[in-house]
Amino acid sequence: MAAKDEGMVAPMSVMKRVTMIFRAKANKALDKMEDPRETLDYSYQTQLELLQKVRRGVADVATSRKRLELQLNQLQQSSEKYDRQARDALAAGREDLAREALTRKASLQSQITDLNTQYTSLQGEEERLTGASQRLQAKVDAFRTKKETIKATYTAAEAQTRINEAFTGISEEMGDVGMAIQRAEDKTEQMKARAGAIDELMASGALDDMVSGPRDDIQAELDRMGASSSVDLELERLKGELGQGSAPRQIEGAATADGAASADGTAQGTAGAGHARTEQPQAGDGA
Amino acid sequence: MIVRILGEGQLEVDGGAADELNELDAKITAAVERDDEDGFKPALDELLARVRALGTPVDPATLEPSDLILPGEDATMADVRKMLADDGLIPG
Repeated sequence: MAAKDEGMVAPMSVMKRVTMIFRAKANKALDKMEDPRETLDYSYQTQLELLQKVRRGVADVATSRKRLELQLNQLQQSSEKYDRQARDALAAGREDLAREALTRKASLQSQITDLNTQYTSLQGEEERLTGASQRLQAKVDAFRTKKETIKATYTAAEAQTRINEAFTGISEEMGDVGMAIQRAEDKTEQMKARAGAIDELMASGALDDMVSGPRDDIQAELDRMGASSSVDLELERLKGELGQGSAPRQIEGAATADGAASADGTAQGTAGAGHARTEQPQAGDGA
Repeated sequence: MIVRILGEGQLEVDGGAADELNELDAKITAAVERDDEDGFKPALDELLARVRALGTPVDPATLEPSDLILPGEDATMADVRKMLADDGLIPG
């Protein structure tokens, strides 16, 4: 068979090669067996260890996911805080402050979107690993039963065949699960590093600078342009909600009986911000 | 025959589907040969989708080895290469 493989001009099909690699690993392990009964017990121990490892893997991914969930909540709260500040600032006629708050919100928002993607991917990893853990558990249980049967009815020739079958089946599952754990561990490590970095940023209050972080200048400039146009849109939206819409509202106001009230509002918006704010409460007290 | 999709488990697929699966596999193999990552992904997706559509999940408690083992859905060409290399991705 080896000679045939070497002589092949076209490469063998991917799925057949993957299958052969798995089979070869199992056969290699089988070849090392001396006393089949001892090997069965030894293999069972290895299976239990792998099972524990998968369960730890599931727990690690879950921990990582929960931490991410907490961070997302915190970021969401900050984002809402900036939103409120923008409203307050605009109500007070401080468009500059509102703009600053909305800019911070926009940079948080990109962070939130990014974390949401990570969160979804981690959720998928958790589901896959949970499934792998359940499948391995079922196979390990089946192996234990088979192992006891083989040991009880032991005749060398018969045992060897049965052991080979059971061994190849479980070895394939262990190879599959082993790869899944490896991948989950890599991902969890990445997420831990990332979550740690975000915690530090949140603690230092430097999260506002995230947008101009490690990316290149042009990208930063493009992002800034994108963020500032979304800030403009949000400003318009807030103005609309607070009845501070500029040109269209004035025309409307002039044409209706509410003209006076509306004109009042516009005047306040354009007046010197500091004065407008100190005078307002006094007017309220008088009324 | 039993087909394993790595990361998903084993499926029982009627032996009559072998020709169709071989054709789809040939597409993947061709993509790997050409070093064509863009062609690899859709070819792998197609093969896995066919196996899932044709197959029924095997009782996880079976100890029967698979007749065919396929890379998982998020495997890249690099992953497959590593798997095929000696002492590659498969532990043990």
